[in-house]
Amino acid sequence: MVNTAAPADAGVAIALDNLTVSYRSHPALHHISGQFAAGSLTAVVGPNGAGKSTLLKSLAGLLPLAGGSVKRALPHQRVAYLPQLSELDRSFPLDVRDCVLLGLWGSTGAWGRVTQPLLARVDTALQVVGLQGFERRTVGSLSSGQLQRVLFARLLVQDAELILLDEPFSAMDAKTTAGLLALVQQWHQQRRTVVAVLHDNAMVRTHFPQTLLLARERVAWGATADVLTEPHLARARAVAEAWDADAALCEVDTATAQRLYAHGV
Amino acid sequence: MHPLHTLIDAIWTPLVAPFVEFAFMRRALVATLALSLSAAPLGVLLTLRRMSLLGDALSHAVLPGVAIGFMVSGLSLTAMALGGALAGMFVAALAGLVTRFTALKEDASLAAVYLVALALGVMLISGHGTQLDLLHILFGSALGVDRQGLLLVAGVTTVSVLLLAALYRGLVLESFDPTFLNTQARNRSAPQAWRAGGWVWQQTFLMLVVINLVAGFQTLGTLMAVGLMMLPAVSARLWHETLGAQLLNASAQAMLAGAAGLLLSYHLDTPSGPTIIGCAGALYAGSLLVAPGGWRPRLWPQRHRVA
Repeated sequence: MVNTAAPADAGVAIALDNLTVSYRSHPALHHISGQFAAGSLTAVVGPNGAGKSTLLKSLAGLLPLAGGSVKRALPHQRVAYLPQLSELDRSFPLDVRDCVLLGLWGSTGAWGRVTQPLLARVDTALQVVGLQGFERRTVGSLSSGQLQRVLFARLLVQDAELILLDEPFSAMDAKTTAGLLALVQQWHQQRRTVVAVLHDNAMVRTHFPQTLLLARERVAWGATADVLTEPHLARARAVAEAWDADAALCEVDTATAQRLYAHGV
Repeated sequence: MHPLHTLIDAIWTPLVAPFVEFAFMRRALVATLALSLSAAPLGVLLTLRRMSLLGDALSHAVLPGVAIGFMVSGLSLTAMALGGALAGMFVAALAGLVTRFTALKEDASLAAVYLVALALGVMLISGHGTQLDLLHILFGSALGVDRQGLLLVAGVTTVSVLLLAALYRGLVLESFDPTFLNTQARNRSAPQAWRAGGWVWQQTFLMLVVINLVAGFQTLGTLMAVGLMMLPAVSARLWHETLGAQLLNASAQAMLAGAAGLLLSYHLDTPSGPTIIGCAGALYAGSLLVAPGGWRPRLWPQRHRVA
């Protein structure tokens, strides 16, 4: 599981050391090492099956690790994770305001009082995502774009320092995407650490300073312009689709992997 | 006779007199009303977790415990209730553990465990009792509720309603978005555990379901107890868009079904448990026809608004 002992370097939000996560002994992530700097805005890109969602889930502490470690400077309350949209039950009889209020769980817990300032935070969040007037609508009556905005409002209310977004803009129209993207930029200016899984390379190039290119292994990690190059992308495409049911057991030990990545991008 | 007297008589004699005249009818009524108060809202929460069939599974799972209680001290309510509750909690906890530490989903692990428990229960009962005992345990008899049984039901209802109120926020969050709850605090100190792992909420909730099923087993029988939990709950979900309203509606429908079922079983001389569930079924059928979430919009199309 995630280790909340702070990484050695104070400027580092999360340090990955040989992170390996596997499903039935086949790695979805293979010996990933590197660091997310505090206050950095990083896009995670890669082909389907590259392990992007798995990476985010391990950063959120939702998956058991097969090897290596995730060292995070922040406790769980300061981490917000937005999964892919499909995972919520849309028929749940919950209204928009209550849904956003659940974002306060970290500060109120099960029995804490929801005070006026906290309620004001909810109203402000709904205003920021442009959903004022929707407070009493049920989540089931919203479109997927609107629901995504509700979840962004919940992220705002959570006031997290590390924000993990899994394909936050899929199925959004241009206007919604622009609005939510502006929010992400704002978080970046507020020195929050943001990691987002994205598919749109053009968007990554214009809006995300840092990029991690994954293809089960770390293909490249660094400034976006250096990472999203044609040779890197081609390598990522080649690696990700390779699948061998009887692949040999991995013999890379920790020390070797560390030496390898010390010279990596 | 005065026409007003005739009217009062027409209402009094079939609807009120049975309860006034017979203590066993009063006890049965109080037990059913109390059960409606706690079991039906639990049913709504079960449907929200898409675990509508879980009550059914757990009601089978309590059987070996009830049987052992019966073997140890005969038809003693305390022994059978205690055994049933322990068996149900054991099955729920075991299934929960399997879900937590393997790739199996909740319904699969529970199905596996409760089937074994059911087989064990039937074996125990047929080895140590008569057919009549089995029927009594499976289908119960509201008309045989004694003082002890009443206390059991009242106690279970009180505990359930209080706990539901206390755990409401966490249960809603855990049903709606378990992933979110799991990303939040996971510290190991005791008070923090309640904020953390969804499984704490889940297990407490399942324990509540188990004790409510056990409380229902004398009034309605182990199998029929699920009916009072699920039918009003499913039906209530057709009526409202908010959870609070659904919970109240479910309780109200369960109470109505309970009272109507008892009267019908008294007048028609039918077994009380199935009659009560039949009434809940009738309310469900009615709701399907006229509730906003049922067929009404198709039968009587409404004019739409401009926005």
